Amino acid sequence: MHYSLFTLARNALTGHRHWPRAWASPPLASAYDVVVIGGGGHGLATAYYLARNHDPGQIAVIEKGWIGGGNTGRNTAVVRSNYLRDVSIRFQDAALRLWPDVSRELNFNVMMSPRGQMEIVQTWAKLRDARRRMHAMRLEGVDYRLVAPDEVYRRIPILNRDPNMRLPVLGGAWQGRAGIVRHDAVAWGFARAADALGVHIIQNCEVTGIVRDGTRVTGVRTTQGDIQVKKIAVAVAGHASHLAAMAGLRLPIETVPLQAFVSEPLKPVLDCVVTAPALGIYLSQSDKGELVVGGGPDGYGSYAQRGSWHVIEDIVTSLVELFPTLGRVKLMRQWAGVIDLAYDTSPIVSKADVDGLYFSTGWGSGGFKAIPIAGREFADLIATNRPSDLIAPFSLDRFSSARLVVETAGASNRM
Amino acid sequence: MSGYRLASGGFVDRSSPLGFVFNETPFTGFSGDTLASALIASGVDTIARSLKYHRPRGIVAAGVEEPNAYVRLVKPHDEPNVLATTLPLIEGLEAASQNCWPTVDFDLGATADTLHALLPAGFFYKTFMSPPAGWPWYARMIRRAAGVGKAPRRTANIKVERRYAHCDVLVVGAGPAGLMAALTASGAGIRVALVDCEQKAGGALRNWRASIDGDDAQRWVDRAIHELDANERVMRLPSTTINGYHDHGFLTGIERDPFRRERLWKIRARHVILATGAFERPLLFPGNDTPGVMLLSAVQTYAHRYGVAAGRRVVIITNHSGAYRSACDLRDAGVHVAAVIDLRGEVSGRLFDDVAMRGIEVIPGQTILAVHGRLRATAITVAPLAQLSARRTIDCDLVAMAGGRQPTLHLHSQSGGDIEHDESLDCFVPGKAAQKSMTAGSVNGHDDLTMCLREGVEAGNAIVKALGGTHRDMAIPHCLFAGPLDLLSVGELPNPRDDRIFVDFQSDVTTVDIRLGHREGYSSIEHAKRYTTAGMGIDQGKTASTNTAFVLAAANRASPAAIGLSNMRPPFAPLAFGAIAGREIGELVRPTRATPITMWHVANGAVMFESGANWRRPGYYPRTHETMTAAVRRECLAVREAVGIYDSSPLGKIEVQGPDAAVFLDRIYASRISGLAIGRGRYALMLREDGRLFDDGVVFRISSDRYWLTTTTGNTDAIIAWLEFHLQCVWPLRAFITVVSAQWANVVICGPRARELMSIAGTSVPLDRGDFPFMSVRTGVIGGLEARVFRVSFTGELSYEINVRASEGLLLWERLIRCGSSLGLIPIGSEANHVLRIEKGYISIGHEVDGMTTPFDLGLARFVAMDKADFIGKRSLHSDLLGDAPRRELVGLLTDDPSIVLPEGAQIIDTSSAHACGFVTSAVASPALGRSIALALIAGGRARLSSQLWVTLAKGETLARVVEPGFIDPNGERVRA
Repeated sequence: MHYSLFTLARNALTGHRHWPRAWASPPLASAYDVVVIGGGGHGLATAYYLARNHDPGQIAVIEKGWIGGGNTGRNTAVVRSNYLRDVSIRFQDAALRLWPDVSRELNFNVMMSPRGQMEIVQTWAKLRDARRRMHAMRLEGVDYRLVAPDEVYRRIPILNRDPNMRLPVLGGAWQGRAGIVRHDAVAWGFARAADALGVHIIQNCEVTGIVRDGTRVTGVRTTQGDIQVKKIAVAVAGHASHLAAMAGLRLPIETVPLQAFVSEPLKPVLDCVVTAPALGIYLSQSDKGELVVGGGPDGYGSYAQRGSWHVIEDIVTSLVELFPTLGRVKLMRQWAGVIDLAYDTSPIVSKADVDGLYFSTGWGSGGFKAIPIAGREFADLIATNRPSDLIAPFSLDRFSSARLVVETAGASNRM
Repeated sequence: MSGYRLASGGFVDRSSPLGFVFNETPFTGFSGDTLASALIASGVDTIARSLKYHRPRGIVAAGVEEPNAYVRLVKPHDEPNVLATTLPLIEGLEAASQNCWPTVDFDLGATADTLHALLPAGFFYKTFMSPPAGWPWYARMIRRAAGVGKAPRRTANIKVERRYAHCDVLVVGAGPAGLMAALTASGAGIRVALVDCEQKAGGALRNWRASIDGDDAQRWVDRAIHELDANERVMRLPSTTINGYHDHGFLTGIERDPFRRERLWKIRARHVILATGAFERPLLFPGNDTPGVMLLSAVQTYAHRYGVAAGRRVVIITNHSGAYRSACDLRDAGVHVAAVIDLRGEVSGRLFDDVAMRGIEVIPGQTILAVHGRLRATAITVAPLAQLSARRTIDCDLVAMAGGRQPTLHLHSQSGGDIEHDESLDCFVPGKAAQKSMTAGSVNGHDDLTMCLREGVEAGNAIVKALGGTHRDMAIPHCLFAGPLDLLSVGELPNPRDDRIFVDFQSDVTTVDIRLGHREGYSSIEHAKRYTTAGMGIDQGKTASTNTAFVLAAANRASPAAIGLSNMRPPFAPLAFGAIAGREIGELVRPTRATPITMWHVANGAVMFESGANWRRPGYYPRTHETMTAAVRRECLAVREAVGIYDSSPLGKIEVQGPDAAVFLDRIYASRISGLAIGRGRYALMLREDGRLFDDGVVFRISSDRYWLTTTTGNTDAIIAWLEFHLQCVWPLRAFITVVSAQWANVVICGPRARELMSIAGTSVPLDRGDFPFMSVRTGVIGGLEARVFRVSFTGELSYEINVRASEGLLLWERLIRCGSSLGLIPIGSEANHVLRIEKGYISIGHEVDGMTTPFDLGLARFVAMDKADFIGKRSLHSDLLGDAPRRELVGLLTDDPSIVLPEGAQIIDTSSAHACGFVTSAVASPALGRSIALALIAGGRARLSSQLWVTLAKGETLARVVEPGFIDPNGERVRA
């Protein structure tokens, strides 16, 4: 059933008793042409674009829990493209250009709100970083603007105005097209659209093994039974190395917790997305009114979706320092995901050294924003076996050829 | 106007009236009241509006589980979403309803309720998609409607602090089970912390007329508290809510002294006993969200704690026998209970007799079909479950629901414990614990006081045993057994008129919403929660979560066990950001580090700059009316022509010693360290595994097995971690790391007259370049102070880096300043230092080194000993050598127009291909050269020497010539002077 105000009104007349399932729940078949492992935004988008743009045969997305329950449902839903390296800027901006059309493409409102992102610059080193990024982005035709403190305060009225702030506001860097998206809706929207194209979405189905016949994959073992496959696309976060190990591979990935929290819902108090790298914090206000706040990852490896309290304490401290009037606003809910960090902190979208096996992983803390473009390009790779220009720089062989894409610039002695 | 103050009863002090204001109307309560009890006693019915439909809402509960009574505190300070049921009343308190306009009784927002058919769960996912750019407009409207409270405009004057505690066992909850557990464990000499969210201990014992050992239960509680307080090994934390149960027995809580102080407690406990009690489950009947529908336990609590009758004529609806006892208890407390509607069929026996004896009508086998009244219940329609058409109306102004237990599993769940569904108790109960924790009391789902006390003793003894103590035979106090609950499992009750039945009162989630979600495939409890928003409000669904699971289970035709509860995330109850931040804001948010000489810099007018790792150092020393440019120019010229003095104390300084120190450093650095003679040093590069530069610095050999390393200031912590990691986890070598950054003050004197300055200051170290050459270290006395002097240079001039004890740093500085006055010595800041190193072509981490540069890119091949057996990054450098694409190489740039200083980060364009080929890493106006200079990383840069390239500017572009990256003294004669 097409979603629209009209169908909503028509269904209201019948007490909303006739809405169909957003996605079906078919039994697991014994063979698929392509199995996508991981029912998050990436896996579902990959399946959707595979079915829409290619003709790979029967596709299944298998998810060990409920779809969207991993990092898709745990991230802070910011979309932006202010990166440093040319290949990253090109890739991420292609995603940012897709986002405004996703709702209509899927006929599911993912609530993309381009409210803009302000990076608050509080040290000279960060100003230099921002300026360098601005130049690099401008060269790719991507908007990014250094702004004076006036504009920072105008866009963020609740920002600390104490001139003797420990780290004063020296300026800001603004990307107007950045914004926030309703994260759950992305998983559900892609699931519904993929389902409409015949993709099987199988929940509560954990992969327990990957079957190889010499140099190619031939099957997947799951808690719901064994499947014969032609191709396997791994699109998971947190357990990518685990799945790679099932195929006898090692990935250059570390897995660490990343935490976030929300405040109680408030009437609008913050319009744009705010990041303050010098204090290690970013936040936005959701459409529901909660302040959604995050910071850097916990500094140790872990597969548990829990983090350490001191990290939360540190982020909250930065929050109150930046916004003193939020001191009596309350933390309502706190959670963590586990993120896969590749050695150079850039994603891996690549064929593996085993035929028929593909990885889209290593998304670190920035996977959500790339979902549409990564899904489209990853699908393309799976179907054609050839990486497009956008994702070629993110292939696995960059680690052996030392063509890394390092996004975290080195520390400075002159901040 | 239904609630009123009973003639007697409660723990309030009736001799101490308190005036307060709610929604601009003045009221009076008593000391000991909460805002909620005072409002109920004052006859206030509607206190809030629900989030989505703006339906009128009254108070439902008496504690932290309350879903509706979130109000805005106006005085003594501004705070949104304050829970009236836990807010103690004080004189002059002012509060107001939220999310309504113009008033809570007449709210125009309620038009949303008339449109509710168009606004089912998830309606926004299905619409607002056109026109294409329309969403931001809709979003603005939705945002205005969403949210509950308003963020305060001002900060509040509340003292916040952080405290720490350690204990053998932390008992959470000072109700009967918690008290018994604490008594048992503490009696065995164990360190106990007993925490309760309320100021007074006793828990649920304070909510009804309980008796223990034939006496008033409160007296038993007082005796227990007396005993615990007399034991110095017991720490009691009343008014403290444990909010988080983290890994490894770490719990966080907040101690509240409202309006005055909040303390964040961080408690590390070897064992934890969770005696957190249970909430009561609301029942799902039509009209259950009308003001005047309340939990039965809350009605009792208001009567017994505050002497408040929440209604004049109460009807109880229940599915279990416990409600009969409550009915009697309420009647005995002076509350008029008209009837008990029992969803179960035939009822008889002692309970029935007790109730009947008090003149309370028992209506078995019936249910509520409607609650009449809009802003307050005025009557209900009831009908037999077997024959819904046989309706009857009962006048009442309060419906008390008793739907069974809902154990408070939050902390158990947060700690990683399993949750199970108990068929006989028909509720979710704690399953297997994941940490060293156990549960005791009604958190286990039962409703039996004797069992609570016994479980407390058992839990206490389990801890005693675990800690090696002797089992304590505790007498279980005698209490009357109330009898089994005989609970009838019920979900959604009959609803022939298709009214809305609310599951989540705050977020306006109905049973229809949950079923709609299920129909559409949102059947997992986590999907249901996210799709319908049940349990996502400020109360985090404390009264809603069990019912959500039950309704979903019914829709799924599955058992509640198969559905489970959604994940319970910390915190248990919301806590203020300010309380978490404590005092670590303002200048303490990132405490600055000062060198021993900082005070001098500030006193002498230095402009202080942030310099990494929270050090602040002088940026430049402007004279009166002098601009930064002029000051930096003056400082640079002093170094090039005379001598400057620079406080380099923030520099990272590490000593590595031990028999394997040289082996260790050979592996850590790409440069060869092992060949160094004692007293000599080397510029050395540290690489990551990928062969990219991590840090640079100097390494000196102080004695045979002792080395001195310097690191980039901002990198120091990362490097210490790096060294320790490799030493502890990778190579078990006999080498030891000592960080001495703050132990030494480091004063640099640089410039052609530096040697003269040394001589005037008087020193025992040799000044002759033959005896003390460049890249060597000597110990001796300078200006009467013991010092370690290095001949290294970051400016390209003759330099001495003088290290003295931190405590003598200022002394040295002042002596050198005095001695240098005749030589033209001036202090220089980090800005001049930056200009000087660019003139020299020296690299800096964060400028030329950005995580992707190799030593070869920077022309530093001579500092990489590829013939060493191994070092970190060697293998990767090999793969780089094999690569064919031109890498970005460090070069100098001279703009055609010498007055243009290129922006750092500016992109460089190949004139022939018009593609970007690199970027500017550093650029300054050089006083020594009288023109702008820049360093840049350019693809195949060295092959482009003397060619011209375009550089983009903020507006337009400019031409620049590629040159060698050293602008002065390319042969290094000055540094070696």
